[in-house]
Amino acid sequence: MDFQVVVLAGGTSKKLVPLVSKEVPKALLPVANRPVLSYVLEQLELSNIKDLIVVVEGADTALRVGGWISAAYVDRLHVEVATVPEDVGTAGALRAIAHHLTAKDVLVVSGDLVSDVPPGAVTAAHRRHDAVVTAMICSVPVSGLSEAGSSGAKDKTKKPGRYNIIGMDPTKQFLLHIATGAELEKDTRIRKSILRAVGQMDIRADLMDAHMYAFNRSVLQEVLDQKDKFQSLKQDVLPYLVRSQLKSEILINGAPQGQQAKENGNDKVSYRILANASTPSFHELYALGPNGSAPVRRTHKCCVYIASNSKYCVRLNSIQAFMDINRDVIGEANHLSGYNFSAQNNIIHPSAELGSKTTVGPHCMLGEGSQMGDKCSVKRSVIGRHCRIGSNVKVVNSVVMNHVTIGDGCSIQGSVICSNAQLQERVALKDCQVGQGYVVSAGCEYKGESLARKEK
Amino acid sequence: MGAQKKRAAAATAAARVSEDPDDLARQPLQAILLADSFTTKFRPITLERPKVLLPLVNVPMINYTLAWLEAAGVAEVFVFCCAHSKQVIDYLENSEWFSQPNFTVKTIESHNIISAGDALRLIYEQNVIHGDFVLISGDTVSNMLLTQALQEHKERKKKDNNAVMTMIIKKSKPSPITHQSRLGTDELFMAIDPNTKQLLYYEDKADHSKGTICLDKMLLAENPSISLHNDKQDCYIDICSPEVLSLFTDNFDYQHLRRHFVKGLLLDDIMGYKIFTHEIHSSYAARIDNYRSYDIVSKDIIQRWTYPYVPDVKFCGNRATKLERRGMYRASEIEQSRSAQVGSFTVIGCGTKIGSNSKISDSVIGEGCTIGSNVLIEGSYLWDNVIIEDGCELRHVIVCDGVIMKAGAVLKPGVVLSFKVVIGERFVVPAYSKVSLLQQPTVHDSDEELEYADNSSGTVEFSSIQGTADQSNGEMTSESSEAHKPKLGTGGVGYIWSICEGGQEEEWRHSVAPIPEDKLAELSEAMDDDQELVTQDRTALSTSGELISDSNASEGDDNEDSKDDSVYFEKEVEATFLRAVEENVKVDHVILEVNSLRLSYNMTSADCAGAVFYSMMKLAVKTPHSSASELQQNTANIITTWQKLLKSYLLEIDEEVCTIDLDSNYICIFSLLVN
Repeated sequence: MDFQVVVLAGGTSKKLVPLVSKEVPKALLPVANRPVLSYVLEQLELSNIKDLIVVVEGADTALRVGGWISAAYVDRLHVEVATVPEDVGTAGALRAIAHHLTAKDVLVVSGDLVSDVPPGAVTAAHRRHDAVVTAMICSVPVSGLSEAGSSGAKDKTKKPGRYNIIGMDPTKQFLLHIATGAELEKDTRIRKSILRAVGQMDIRADLMDAHMYAFNRSVLQEVLDQKDKFQSLKQDVLPYLVRSQLKSEILINGAPQGQQAKENGNDKVSYRILANASTPSFHELYALGPNGSAPVRRTHKCCVYIASNSKYCVRLNSIQAFMDINRDVIGEANHLSGYNFSAQNNIIHPSAELGSKTTVGPHCMLGEGSQMGDKCSVKRSVIGRHCRIGSNVKVVNSVVMNHVTIGDGCSIQGSVICSNAQLQERVALKDCQVGQGYVVSAGCEYKGESLARKEK
Repeated sequence: MGAQKKRAAAATAAARVSEDPDDLARQPLQAILLADSFTTKFRPITLERPKVLLPLVNVPMINYTLAWLEAAGVAEVFVFCCAHSKQVIDYLENSEWFSQPNFTVKTIESHNIISAGDALRLIYEQNVIHGDFVLISGDTVSNMLLTQALQEHKERKKKDNNAVMTMIIKKSKPSPITHQSRLGTDELFMAIDPNTKQLLYYEDKADHSKGTICLDKMLLAENPSISLHNDKQDCYIDICSPEVLSLFTDNFDYQHLRRHFVKGLLLDDIMGYKIFTHEIHSSYAARIDNYRSYDIVSKDIIQRWTYPYVPDVKFCGNRATKLERRGMYRASEIEQSRSAQVGSFTVIGCGTKIGSNSKISDSVIGEGCTIGSNVLIEGSYLWDNVIIEDGCELRHVIVCDGVIMKAGAVLKPGVVLSFKVVIGERFVVPAYSKVSLLQQPTVHDSDEELEYADNSSGTVEFSSIQGTADQSNGEMTSESSEAHKPKLGTGGVGYIWSICEGGQEEEWRHSVAPIPEDKLAELSEAMDDDQELVTQDRTALSTSGELISDSNASEGDDNEDSKDDSVYFEKEVEATFLRAVEENVKVDHVILEVNSLRLSYNMTSADCAGAVFYSMMKLAVKTPHSSASELQQNTANIITTWQKLLKSYLLEIDEEVCTIDLDSNYICIFSLLVN
């Protein structure tokens, strides 16, 4: 397959403070005790894509991510870790690694995507129509359990999650309109010209861009070169390609396109077969002259691949999403975790020690070498490796990372406890995030707070 | 006399209704048929005969509508007559429609009605509609089954009392080049909820200059999935609940069914009335709205899309015609010369004579016409008793009853000859002309025209025209023939109407003639330019990166409204501020005024701060000064005096910085001015 894969692993996302830090970049955040990046890499491996470029922001981060990848995937994947400066944006990252890209098409995947959608399906959809860009879109995740009642969930229930407004043709193959970010707050404006060309456009507000794109490489590079202000693939490059699809500018200037046109001529038959095009798509019809003569307009195609509802597809881009993903991966979407679940529908590492009358409910995970005291109760939570948990501790709907010490009589609900943190006796946390190495003193009660050392 | 008869008929009908009261309980399906389209598109023909009585493939249009209503299971039809109501009533009385079993036709007559809205209000006052009804105009041809749509409507209504109307739509993609459907109507943009089929947005009469459709953000918040359609055609068949009539009465300014009523309901979120759509797939429905649709629907009838309403099936009052090969229909008693060629898809009415070597194709010839030899007729519609002398050429024209074309006359495409016009020998009528015995009415009802766009046909006009029409039949013919001889050649009678408003430019859109090739080429080029403009605007924007989302000012034509708004807002604020400076108004009062401006323009307080700051700077520049330092001093003075005003909009330091950022372009201007 003439595809190159770029995984954008990012750096330390500000949104995820205090979960992320210099030691734990976003890509290495544990999801069911595995770095989130491993989910993407394994999904790619399943699609038999073994050559990839992982783009990381910042040298420190690169070192850590690279170290982890080489340790975990040695012999399995051929990974090149490229470092780009921080805050260049996704488009900037691709610009920086442009010299690495040589294949006809490039698949760009965000490193924080936890999904079981085969990337191969996206590339196939891309090839089928010889598109300039193909974006994977998925349903908006239903975030937060209603009973969890965590702060993030409350915010979102007030305002039902809307990430994108996406317009597609009735066959749901072509992307005709996309609005992101601030545009969502305004009235939606749909261009009539494209509507005239298509006839019918389905507009969906309940879908979102999953940040997995297949690009035609030469087109992508041309856009990146010409529009040097484009920072983000999602907010600049993709909308630009979508809105210029009927009046393509990229195909006019670039020399590669001339070649492509020739290719088109030669491979017309094969394209016809590939595109399943007994009826030409609206792009081709639109491009035709008034009397069905030779094409007079230049168009390019923007396609979508819609992940089916049965597939899991969520991005880890907020603390809420982190909680949700952890919960889902050991719960509903447990096939993603790659672990074998016990009869009680949970995973307790054989080396973990449980005290008497301690219960670990279904949809829970207890990592290697962790110890729990007596009369503890764990529900719908992930507990990392080598944690020491005292007696009479309740952990509900929470994520506890590695090497955490929890004193007797603590109660933890809907919270995240990062590695090396320490909770002294009788601490009660609800909807809190405890940063790395933070010590919560005995008897404290917190609700909806973010606790972290102020070293940075 | 006609009115008396009508009353008698109504009385008998009423008696019939009262005879079995069970019918009322079961609510027999009723229909309102508007026998007036309240438009002037069929002028000059409609000055003399109402549109619903114009022959469509040799049968008056209203018969298609009535026949369909009868077949669709409607029990009672109220025919609303306005223009030429006497003619309509007379026609119906002499037809068989008044003597059908199980199908009652009643007429309602009014002369001072100028819109569909008025008509429905009048019907509401008469209190004759008791249940769901079909609202249709008398120029609609359809063969769809109403049962399913009706059932859907009733079920929706049961669940949701606000579902007051179901619109019938049909797939028909308008040409991307001309932006009009094949029926010659303007392209239509609709947003429909794909699950419930609720209509959410309706835009006809599209403003071509606006390149985008603006969907309210609330719409998307409420409906996660919306289908936007440009490929549907409104059939103008509506199934309405009785509330619709009262809605028209409540909103006495509703005139047009679509432009006012449908849009009014869609925009009104207080009452929450809903309109739904029903799409038909295999059946036919179309309304004859202009000459082009007249042409297209005629062709559809000849090609049997409207079966069973086709020339060789007797459905009402049409004479038996025989269908021959290649879509040729021929009535009896035709005298056709051996050498005459009658081509495919042609209808020839009873008693017509065709001379030698004449060629006729894709045309409809009425009854009792006389066509000489060496005549060429292509894609044209000749009504009854037309006399075409030798050697005439007719391409894509409509020729009304009793027209005489002298030898060698030529009609260019798109010509319409109204009743009894005479075209002189070898006279060439230019393309798209409309010729009538009546003079073009002067546009004395222009204010009405303006008010309801082109959909009013003023009462003033009607009365005057009816008056003249009656006289003209006798006298005016001779008079005008003398006065205007040169206009239509030797022996010609009639006036060529000058093309007013819209001009020739738009004539080709709605005429019977197909759109000429060069026009298409021209248009498609224009479309390219449009497209280019749009993309240019967009790219210019997008290069500025994040600016797109934040600043209204640079959003090009897309955001014209909001841009205008902010410009006006700034001007107002500036004026307020300057007045305050001149008149020494208290700061608190100024704050109050600016606040009210902010609310009325829906701006943020940051916008206010920006505007105030801008006005301050402007004032500073305007104050006479000799040197830069003096200017600086001025500025400082002004800012310190009006500190409080500015501060009232800036709650935090952050915001202050933000405003300064926002206004950096103003400062640029400022510094420029200083230099």
